[in-house]
Amino acid sequence: MAMRTGAGPSTGSGRGNSATDPDDIIGKAYDPRVMGRLLEYLKPYRKQVAFAFVVMIVRAVSGLAGPTIIRLAIDEGMAKGNTALLGQMVVAYLLASGLNWVTNFTQIYTMAWVGQTLIYTFRTRLFEHLQKLTLSFYDHYEVGRIISRVIGDVGVMQEFVTWAVVGVFSDIFVLVGIIVAMLSLNVPLSLLTFTVLPLMVIVTAIWRRRARETYRQVRRKIAAVNANLNENITGVRVVQSFSREGVNAAYFDRLNREHLDANMDAARLSSLFFPAIDIIGSLATALVVGFGGVAVLEGGLTAGVLVAMVLYVDRFFDPIRDLTQRYNTLQATMASGERIIELLDTEPDILEAPDAIELPPIVGHVKVDHVTFGYSDGVNVLHDINLDVPAGQTVAFVGETGAGKSSLVALLSRFYEVKKGAITIDGYDIRKVKRESLRRQMGVVLQATFLFSGTIKDNIRYGRLTATDEEVTRAAQTVGAHEFIATLAKGYDTPVGEGGVTLSVGQRQLVSFARALLADPRILILDEATSSIDTHTEQIIQRALERLLKGRTAFVIAHRLSTITKADQIVVVSDGRIAERGSHQQLLARQGMYYDLYTMSFRREQREKALAELAEGREGVGSRG
Amino acid sequence: MKIADSQARRLLATMARYKKQVFITYFCLFVTIGLNLLVPWLIKLVIDQGLSRGDRALMVNIGLLILGLALVRGVFGFGLRYLTEWLAQRVAYDLRNELYDKIQRISFAFHDKAHTGDLMSRATSDVEQVQRFIGNGLLDLTNIFVLLVASLIIMLSADVRLTLLTLTPIPVLVLVTIRFGMNQRVLSKRVQEQMGKLSTTLQENSTGVRVVKAFAREDHENAKFNAENREYLQRRLAVVRSWASTFPFMNFIIAGSTAILLGLGGQAVMRGEISVGTLVAFNSYIVMLALPVQRLGFLVNMLSNAGASGERLYEILDEPSKVQEKPDALTLESVQGLVRFEDVTFAYGERPVLRHVSFTARPNEVIALMGPTGSGKSTIIALIPRFYDVKQAGRVTVDGHDIRDVTLASLRRQIGIVLQETFLFSATIRANIAYGHRTAPLDDVIAAAQAARAHDFIMALPDGYETRIGERGVTLSGGQRQRLAIARALLLNPRILILDDSLSNVDTETEYLIQQALSTLMQGRTTFVIAQRLITLKSADQILVLDHGAIVQRGTHEQLLAEGGLYRRIYDLQLRDQEETARYQPAALASPEPSTLSLSKGVEGQVGD
Repeated sequence: MAMRTGAGPSTGSGRGNSATDPDDIIGKAYDPRVMGRLLEYLKPYRKQVAFAFVVMIVRAVSGLAGPTIIRLAIDEGMAKGNTALLGQMVVAYLLASGLNWVTNFTQIYTMAWVGQTLIYTFRTRLFEHLQKLTLSFYDHYEVGRIISRVIGDVGVMQEFVTWAVVGVFSDIFVLVGIIVAMLSLNVPLSLLTFTVLPLMVIVTAIWRRRARETYRQVRRKIAAVNANLNENITGVRVVQSFSREGVNAAYFDRLNREHLDANMDAARLSSLFFPAIDIIGSLATALVVGFGGVAVLEGGLTAGVLVAMVLYVDRFFDPIRDLTQRYNTLQATMASGERIIELLDTEPDILEAPDAIELPPIVGHVKVDHVTFGYSDGVNVLHDINLDVPAGQTVAFVGETGAGKSSLVALLSRFYEVKKGAITIDGYDIRKVKRESLRRQMGVVLQATFLFSGTIKDNIRYGRLTATDEEVTRAAQTVGAHEFIATLAKGYDTPVGEGGVTLSVGQRQLVSFARALLADPRILILDEATSSIDTHTEQIIQRALERLLKGRTAFVIAHRLSTITKADQIVVVSDGRIAERGSHQQLLARQGMYYDLYTMSFRREQREKALAELAEGREGVGSRG
Repeated sequence: MKIADSQARRLLATMARYKKQVFITYFCLFVTIGLNLLVPWLIKLVIDQGLSRGDRALMVNIGLLILGLALVRGVFGFGLRYLTEWLAQRVAYDLRNELYDKIQRISFAFHDKAHTGDLMSRATSDVEQVQRFIGNGLLDLTNIFVLLVASLIIMLSADVRLTLLTLTPIPVLVLVTIRFGMNQRVLSKRVQEQMGKLSTTLQENSTGVRVVKAFAREDHENAKFNAENREYLQRRLAVVRSWASTFPFMNFIIAGSTAILLGLGGQAVMRGEISVGTLVAFNSYIVMLALPVQRLGFLVNMLSNAGASGERLYEILDEPSKVQEKPDALTLESVQGLVRFEDVTFAYGERPVLRHVSFTARPNEVIALMGPTGSGKSTIIALIPRFYDVKQAGRVTVDGHDIRDVTLASLRRQIGIVLQETFLFSATIRANIAYGHRTAPLDDVIAAAQAARAHDFIMALPDGYETRIGERGVTLSGGQRQRLAIARALLLNPRILILDDSLSNVDTETEYLIQQALSTLMQGRTTFVIAQRLITLKSADQILVLDHGAIVQRGTHEQLLAEGGLYRRIYDLQLRDQEETARYQPAALASPEPSTLSLSKGVEGQVGD
């Protein structure tokens, strides 16, 4: 069973995710490899499972005793006028029921406890494993898929552990028990009744196969309905602007009706199936009553046996139906299990060297020495890069989209491994130091600011978990974030992220600056945002940047002219190579690639001006007056 | 609960549309219950009449009768299940359509406050709750009550004392199941909440993986997840405890009934007061009754959930749209494009965001709106297509018609809108361009795309104009999306145009193309533009400078620059900014605009977050 190619929806909740839907999976019901791994996780709980098994047997026996006790009460008690025996049977019945109650409770609780605890362990282990994986994993594995593994697929296993592990045996045991009990009462009548079994199995099997297809169709249709709904809620302003309400409603009605029709197909199928099962069950009862009744008359059977037989036949079909359901659970578990195991078996592609040393406090002298790098085999995105950045310097990277700037800075914090060459910090090869000790001394500010849900304070403190409130405030003050935070109703305790207040792009950036500042890294990596920010915030951010970069070795993927011109070194990256390097003045004087990039931006303004003048029907009006 | 009840009643009323189906469904239900109740009675006959009197023929006949009844029951059972499902699905279908229509048509004031996620959850899970209730819930409830009453009558008619004694544990069963239902409701809600938190933690961790790695916070994240996961475990175990302690106990209560029957009934049999057959039949009735009663807990849950869901659904369905068409609204025929604001004062809530705004836009004029954030620019452009109604004072007219006197569709057909946030639908490029003019021939679509400078990139896509975009389709860049939006507006060929000229996240070349496309678009139309760029301001026939909801200055760029005031201040603010950056530039290259110079833009594929 191959992995689904599409990712699950990247919604917050993984429940109801189509990728984890048991019916969407056609696969083996039993895969020894997957089962072996799953049972491995069950091992620590083998005592509890064994206990549950014993309890299950007692439960099944006590459950099956009922009809036999009733038979004895009728045949031996009532028929023979034995009041004492009748009394004993009532007590026996109550005892059996009481035992059934206690064992049933114990079995459910034990297995549910094992199941839940196991799922808890499983999730935690999966999460911890995810933390070890590197960015190259996250580049290809979408968030939606991760959620559907950890939430959805693990949830499927819970079903399996809680109900199926003992349940399958319990069903088989009960089924065998009923067969034995019936046979012991009367062999010919039992055999006669068993003739309906194959019929039952066949009908169930046919139904299961067809039902799966119809239900898959239902899910597909409801997905289409919901997708359309979602899109038109999101785009409702466009819908109304273009007066498309009528057309859209007609289209939605079509999707909605297709869903209705698919549902009715499914309904027809199940409406046929359940009455059919009912008829087959009645056939068994009719056989017992007809032939059994005649047998009673002929003296081969007592009335009590007949009653007991009818009662057993009534219970006959419960374990069969359960087993059918367990088959589906098993199938889903195998598919989910396989996906989870695949994820667990994904090894992080950057491993810490066994003899990695703790990186001592650094000054921040970074050297990139003949570095070649590519994300996948064969295609390199960086070729033979050399850089020497003395401590405290700021390097600005410029170049076209896709030139390799982001890849270069990602290598510095060892998010990816270089293919050839080496990166050293204060002379230490970054592959030979502990990753944690490296990253602790490096700060990264990304273009799209990510904040966790929690308060603003929590988010700033993410930079240094032990920071005091005063230190948090000071960091915010230094980058100029304090001003806007103070205007919020709850100040630093204002919740952000999901369910919290929405901060503007500029405000989010300032928070992330404060976060980086609090970490007080010797080396700072910064990917400047390109989105438009209003003039006022822009000024604050520029000032914040200056403070943030001061006294640190900084690598900036620069978009702001002010950042570029103030840098100690400007590095122009093109096609994975360093095309030019130097100061702003030097590079302009060279009239090379930097000059072209720079003047292209300038020319754009010229064009704009020309266009404006054209529109005004005037010429030569300088905008600076 | 009171409100929920009344909502549940309203939901029942939605079924009134399908009286015939409801009638047949319930007819099937009664027949099925009746036939079910017959079986124990037949077995009683076998035992009492057949066995004791040695009537062979009766025995065989009853065997056949049981089978025959099963067949008849099968037919009605089919009808019952099918129609029940039909009713449930049909009501869900109706509700979904009604919701969709409402959401599509209700005015912007509603959507400003509503969240997509919330609306979606109402349209999906709330509709589903209602559907489940109308399907199984209602039927099960009816089933229980009919069964209870019918079996009580049958049992009472056989032996009053035995019936009453045997059924004494049943009220306990009812209490237990209802208490379980209530309990379960609280517990499963707590589980769901925690599952939400767990998912959020996981999602944030994956989305923010670069931050986690950059700060080397893996251990912290592990601890965070572990705490949520442990809480989830606790809450699940609470549910399990509730289950485990309820269902086995309920079985025991039923067994208690049987034991009473066996003891007291057995004695009665011996005394000859009742027959063995009656005893067996009693036992069957108890089992028959006990099963649905056990489900009562779930049903009570279902009922209150459906009530709550119904409440949430009707909250939307009952919400009046703030913008209503007059019953005698005129159809606005093709207009010249004369737009007037006459002393308009407007507020979304309490605080006015526009105060006494008056201006006239003559046909083919370009009106630039400028001012600080929150000064009222967006409000002005939202009032023209009547996304909101002017309630406070004043009026907006198009070619002399008060826009509240014309139909919404005919008004909006005259207006094209291109905003900064470009929303495209997951459909083909052609369908997106033709969004406002569905029947437009391909040639017109192409012409619009060409004018919008979008044709070239469209032709470079795998399927040209038939390329699907959006979900499961090609992803377009911001600049490409913007040009499609321009083509979409062009094809509509509106007399009045509303646009936002801010272009972010596009490279220099694209910016130039979009600029050209916008100039084409603006030709020969009355244009309102939220201006961010100098070029637009300079080309405008009239600039309205807004501050705190009032027009503080108006005129052309030159006039306003000479006048001083806010316009001059905003202009100077940018200018001073440029001079700051100009210090780093050789004098020859010093340029007046903009302050941020994009030597490289956009996100790099692999690492850019």
